[in-house]
Amino acid sequence: MQRIFKALVAALWFMVLCAPIMGLLLLPDGTASFRWQRLAVLGTGIFFASLLWQWYFEKKERGERLFGGKAQAEEPVHRESLLRNKSFQRISLACVCAFMIAMPFIPGINSIYQITIWISALIYVMLALGLNIIVGLAGQLVLGYAAFYAIGAYTYGLLYQFFGLGFWVCLPIAGIVTVLCGLALGFPVLRLRGDYLAIVTLGFGEIVRLVLINWDSVTNGARGVSGIPRPALFGCPMNMQWSTTYLYYMSFLAVVVTIVVITRLKNSRVGLALQAMREDEIASEAMGINLTQVKLTAFALSSAWAGFAGVLFAAKTSFINPSSFTFWESAMMLSMVVLGGMGSILGVTLGALILVLAPEYLRAFADYRMLLFGATMVVMMIFRPQGLVTGERRHYRISALERKGD
Amino acid sequence: MEAVLEVKDLIQDFGGLRALNEVDLTINKKEIVALIGPNGAGKTTFFNCITGIYTPTSGTMFLRTPDGAAHALNGMKTHQITALGMARTFQNIRLFPEMTVLENVMIGRHCHTKAGILQALLRDRATVAEEQDTVDRSYALLETVHLAEYWDETAKNLPYGAQRRLEIARAMATEPCLLLLDEPAAGMNPQETLELKRLILSLRETHDLAVLLIEHDMSMVMSLSDRIYVMQYGSPIASGTPEEISKNPEVIKAYLGESGNA
Ligand SMILES: Nc1ncnc2c1ncn2[C@@H]1O[C@H](COP(=O)(O)OP(=O)(O)O)[C@@H](O)[C@H]1O
Ligand SMILES: [Mg+2]
Repeated sequence: MQRIFKALVAALWFMVLCAPIMGLLLLPDGTASFRWQRLAVLGTGIFFASLLWQWYFEKKERGERLFGGKAQAEEPVHRESLLRNKSFQRISLACVCAFMIAMPFIPGINSIYQITIWISALIYVMLALGLNIIVGLAGQLVLGYAAFYAIGAYTYGLLYQFFGLGFWVCLPIAGIVTVLCGLALGFPVLRLRGDYLAIVTLGFGEIVRLVLINWDSVTNGARGVSGIPRPALFGCPMNMQWSTTYLYYMSFLAVVVTIVVITRLKNSRVGLALQAMREDEIASEAMGINLTQVKLTAFALSSAWAGFAGVLFAAKTSFINPSSFTFWESAMMLSMVVLGGMGSILGVTLGALILVLAPEYLRAFADYRMLLFGATMVVMMIFRPQGLVTGERRHYRISALERKGD
Repeated sequence: MEAVLEVKDLIQDFGGLRALNEVDLTINKKEIVALIGPNGAGKTTFFNCITGIYTPTSGTMFLRTPDGAAHALNGMKTHQITALGMARTFQNIRLFPEMTVLENVMIGRHCHTKAGILQALLRDRATVAEEQDTVDRSYALLETVHLAEYWDETAKNLPYGAQRRLEIARAMATEPCLLLLDEPAAGMNPQETLELKRLILSLRETHDLAVLLIEHDMSMVMSLSDRIYVMQYGSPIASGTPEEISKNPEVIKAYLGESGNA
């Protein structure tokens, strides 16, 4: 009875909230008509959704699984062991690589349009992995990551426009410039944490965007920079299909390099220090970790990756303007990290691919894109707040145990 | 006797509250010293001052490293003090909860290892060797605190007593000459407390360690420590050997007059 009452309240509440948007129809002659029917449908829907919701949570509280019986404690261990199984890892890795390499030649999905989508997915994988350093590993909530992406892209765009520098020269320069910008942001925010850091970095992102818009004489303002060339391959001229394919392979290579670098970083002494800082700043300092140094390292590395991705992006679109680097971009990148599982390299890669590719391949639902995105995030936060992939752990070899084993 | 730690006239104010009032404290080499006093006496604050977490209002603090050099701790950062040879545990356990038991101890090796970003990326032979050395030393430390079998467990899943021992192992990984323990036996059963006592004694012998211990378990304090300092409302009210302290009328008054929660 109480459940039904709760569901009724929820339904009524929703109907009141949505009444102006869903119920009212303003007619051109200045009058309004009320669409009761729609509201009724909404109310009924919410009523049943709420019942379902309560049923699930009562079950969850009792420690049962969604379908059938008690949850078993061994289950997650089992799933983890599949992920940790060496041969399973190798086979799936080989399959993914084979697909990625063959992709531009698979008939049906190798149009320029499709390849371009995959290039942008790969660029986002790079971005998400770069953001993962500072957010997932170091635990610093950065909300203005698109700023570094923009700085990287504009470094290439402007250096080309004013000095005619090419892609390969600009790539390291963009890296250096974004590292410096990362440090410039890192120094003043060293003492900030959590929400405060998020707000300051959000502000930083907006400042960069506004500078790009308003510094007209250099950045061309909202008109942006156009005619940015794609990278050259030993000076050979290429047609559109080939240069797109070439860029695709370069992005793929960049992602592979990123994954190798970040895996090594994560498993290194510096990576452990980053994670310790995420877990407990005071304790990590008391264990001899120089927080200033470690935090700045995280900022520098993370922003460098956005810089590289920015250069790739500029090369891909050949036209950049400030509207490509709004807060929305930063929010998307953060969503990729959170959806995939903070700190998990596999998870973040998946998160980025899902969030970029799903909207492209689910065009049928294009109208509901934002709704689906929001719903996915909400559902994830409730049922799997730790993200898609968790428990990714390094395997250590212990000499003492191995000697015993022999 | 050479003093490992020498603190003089240490004062710490928090706004209007004087949490530490002219505290003098000396710890000699290989000595186990207990710091006792009712809750709120300022014991943890004292730890936070000498480890650089708080900046004391005034006073001097010196740490003597095994090579005989005395270092002024005033103005030093926490991580520098740790690198000099002072390690601590926390009253409310502060492990790295999502990391494994082994990784927790490995973090403690941070100031004795060198690999930077470049080495992390290149993974040259020296770096791999250093890392393996870190792993093996950390595992060995886990063996000394009887946690070796849990090495691959997530730290937050350990039982309470084991977490306390893991904190000690992690602190020992920094190779300290002075170990600060903040209520290490809190929440332990008598059996665990006994083992903890043995552990502290054996660490002192094997690592030439001096220990400063905050503890409320009086039988442990009396049987373990060489000397005891008693604090009340931020002021030191007595110091001496366990026998002297147990006979000191002021201490008895402080403890019986208080809630007696010690
Ligand atoms: N960071 C702080 N800011 C303000 N007051 C503090 C701070 N840390 C400790 N105190 C105060 O100092 C006094 C001593 O606390 P503490 O050192 O934790 O006592 P204990 O001897 O139980 O460890 C308490 O009154 C406490 O409220
Ligand atoms: Mg205390």
